[in-house]
Amino acid sequence: MTDGTAEAGYPDIWKRFSPRQTLVRYLWFLGIVFVAVWSVRHLDIPWFYFLDAHVQVADLAVRMIPPDWSYFDVIAQPLIETIHIATLGTIVTFFIAFPLAFLAARNTTPNLATWFIGRFILVASRSVNTVVWALLFVAIFGPGPVAGIWAVAFRSIGFMGKLIAEAIEEIDEGPVEAIASTGASRLKVLLVGVLPQVLPVIYGTSIYRWDINIRESTVLGFVGAGGIGIQLYASINQFAWDEVSLMLLTIFGVVVISEYVSAIVRQKIT
Amino acid sequence: MLKIEALSKSYTAGIPALDNVSFEVAEPQVVAIIGPSGAGKSTLIRCINRLVEPSSGSAILNGENVTTLNSAGLRKARRRMGMIFQEYNLVERLTVMENVLSGRLGYVSFWRAWRRNYPAEDISHAFNLLERVGLTGFQDQRADALSGGQRQRVGIARALMQKPDLLLVDEPTASLDPKTSRQVMRILVELAHELNTPTLLNIHDVPLAKSFADRVLGMQDGKLIFDGTPDELTEDALTFIYGEEDWSPEATAGSPEPEEGISSPEKATAV
Amino acid sequence: MIENPLLRHGLLVLAVMYLAWSLGSLEIDWGRTAQGADRAGRIFSRMFPPDFSRWSLLLKGVTESVEMALAASFIGMILAIPLGLCAASNIAPKPVYLVARGILVLTRTFHEVIIAILFVKIFGFGPLAGVLTLVVASISFIGKMLAEDIENMGNRQMEAIRATGASFPKVLIYGVMPQILPRYLGVSIYRLDANIRHSTVVGIVGAGGIGQTLSASFSRYDYDFSLAILLTIIGLVFLGEFFSNWVRGRLR
Repeated sequence: MTDGTAEAGYPDIWKRFSPRQTLVRYLWFLGIVFVAVWSVRHLDIPWFYFLDAHVQVADLAVRMIPPDWSYFDVIAQPLIETIHIATLGTIVTFFIAFPLAFLAARNTTPNLATWFIGRFILVASRSVNTVVWALLFVAIFGPGPVAGIWAVAFRSIGFMGKLIAEAIEEIDEGPVEAIASTGASRLKVLLVGVLPQVLPVIYGTSIYRWDINIRESTVLGFVGAGGIGIQLYASINQFAWDEVSLMLLTIFGVVVISEYVSAIVRQKIT
Repeated sequence: MLKIEALSKSYTAGIPALDNVSFEVAEPQVVAIIGPSGAGKSTLIRCINRLVEPSSGSAILNGENVTTLNSAGLRKARRRMGMIFQEYNLVERLTVMENVLSGRLGYVSFWRAWRRNYPAEDISHAFNLLERVGLTGFQDQRADALSGGQRQRVGIARALMQKPDLLLVDEPTASLDPKTSRQVMRILVELAHELNTPTLLNIHDVPLAKSFADRVLGMQDGKLIFDGTPDELTEDALTFIYGEEDWSPEATAGSPEPEEGISSPEKATAV
Repeated sequence: MIENPLLRHGLLVLAVMYLAWSLGSLEIDWGRTAQGADRAGRIFSRMFPPDFSRWSLLLKGVTESVEMALAASFIGMILAIPLGLCAASNIAPKPVYLVARGILVLTRTFHEVIIAILFVKIFGFGPLAGVLTLVVASISFIGKMLAEDIENMGNRQMEAIRATGASFPKVLIYGVMPQILPRYLGVSIYRLDANIRHSTVVGIVGAGGIGQTLSASFSRYDYDFSLAILLTIIGLVFLGEFFSNWVRGRLR
């Protein structure tokens, strides 16, 4: 049995895939590699930059350490502003996304046209990044936190609206029918039959979006929409790396804490 | 062939799961290990191929002390020990053939394993084993499409594919119905005898152990307390292994295995 | 909804106090803000109709964004494998695990745009910084998913392969890979879709792609071109999402 030859009477060839399957698999593989290679080559990346990248990174690291702790007095206020932008933006979102979700949910929207409008607003809102929204609102309201708040809100509407609409579509129709059968008005049905069922979801997604928004708010200043991003951008452009490292540290702290708070609160709610 | 010397294991310090176990399997026989759950049967089996690292003692297979081997040596030793598991442990998304061939993983190169390009002798041997376990024609089925009994038979084929010097079998029938259990046990024991492979078999089903094993070891609280032939496994011996007080309703509530295995030893011999 | 009236009113008072404090502490130029509606009207009127006449510039930006996303997804997908393995507690030794988890937390915390601007400072303006940013984001995302999948998979199958005497690499390809491959491919495709979305913003700090074109048009008050770019981005994101859903549907 261990003489190194096949056993008589049994096939000694077994292939996992038929030749056709093998071919298709290789073609997929080649296709993916080709697309990736073509993309990289077409981008015209100056590879010689990589030659001294490690020197650059080491240089950067040296300049970043130690962080300039005294700069904290300057960034404390912008840091608070960052959190305010996220919080106020989420509050604004709450009031817009909430009615919009009822419009975009199949079982609560008045008719097909309103459903379509609701859906379209949600999709458009989600397709444009917060920073791009900020560009627009800076042009409208001028530089400052107001533009930031609206940018955060406009991006979050799509996110929250979609999740809330999905929650509305998945509600238990029983209580809704019971209330409708008492002859209550449409608004009453929504308030008494639907709302209590989706409130936990609404609170949960609001808090969840709030912690994403904290992260987003840290970069709004890059386009002038308020928050710590303004100082960060300025320090980076002045190559004040010890200030940059301090800001990166504080941003890290704020983001991690907000994520933690959000997780705790969401756990309490649900 | 296999010699276990003072093998001990404690998961938490001071509480031994396996306490100073010694025995020898000198001829190719099927050795059933019985005992209440928590007696250390599974730990014993896993300490031999060091899926669980023993705390002290040694397991000597054909003159080689497995417990002191380095990782490369251990892999070589594991190639010679086939293992069969309670939950079959097949790779669910792979085909039956890939599962059986994985028994040869210790022998083929990484690249050949990756390409599923096994030597002709392995493939024909795999077909042979599939026929022996009654799964001719199943080679291209995915493992997760099989029934429990079929999966365990693939598990047997995978273990035998290693052409092992020792079979370690951990509760092979605990997840199967009684009829399938007997079929699986029959195939396993037949092949073990035919291939002259000593087999260490954990089993909580005493009737099955009595009808298929050549020798029975009894364990309790990590200690080896019985070593004899199936005929010597009298009612008194069973009481000794499982403990009389354990049969009371309160004590057996948490561990149903002893109850179903022991409650009627007369019936057991009659099966 | 909150039963205790004291708590309910307390929360309400707290909320009002927070609003007063936050609005008071923000440096808001109310005069400038008041002009907002007026300005918005002017900007929107200048946005219409969107100007697609510079389509070659638009196409160049879109192609660059898509190429950045493709290249970054591919590189990220490959580099995420070692990181994901190192960040799975049931495979990696403790010190390796902690380092890998640290890298994951660090890269996930910072917004792409922050990472992008650091790369711009190191490698200069252009798509290289953008690709690297997206690579970092992809490694982080796919790596985290991979690590979680490996931690949640059945250890039994891995144990059985180990018991045959297979070496660690072979345990990976037989005991681990079959279990996580479908999810890994799905997550990678999802990440491609996400990279297309993110490739539109990294350009705003000069890291290449359509975002750079958009940012330039805004700073030149070229609003009709901006709207054309925005519509293109929405279309692109839509296509990306559609493609990703289609592929993931087929993978199932």
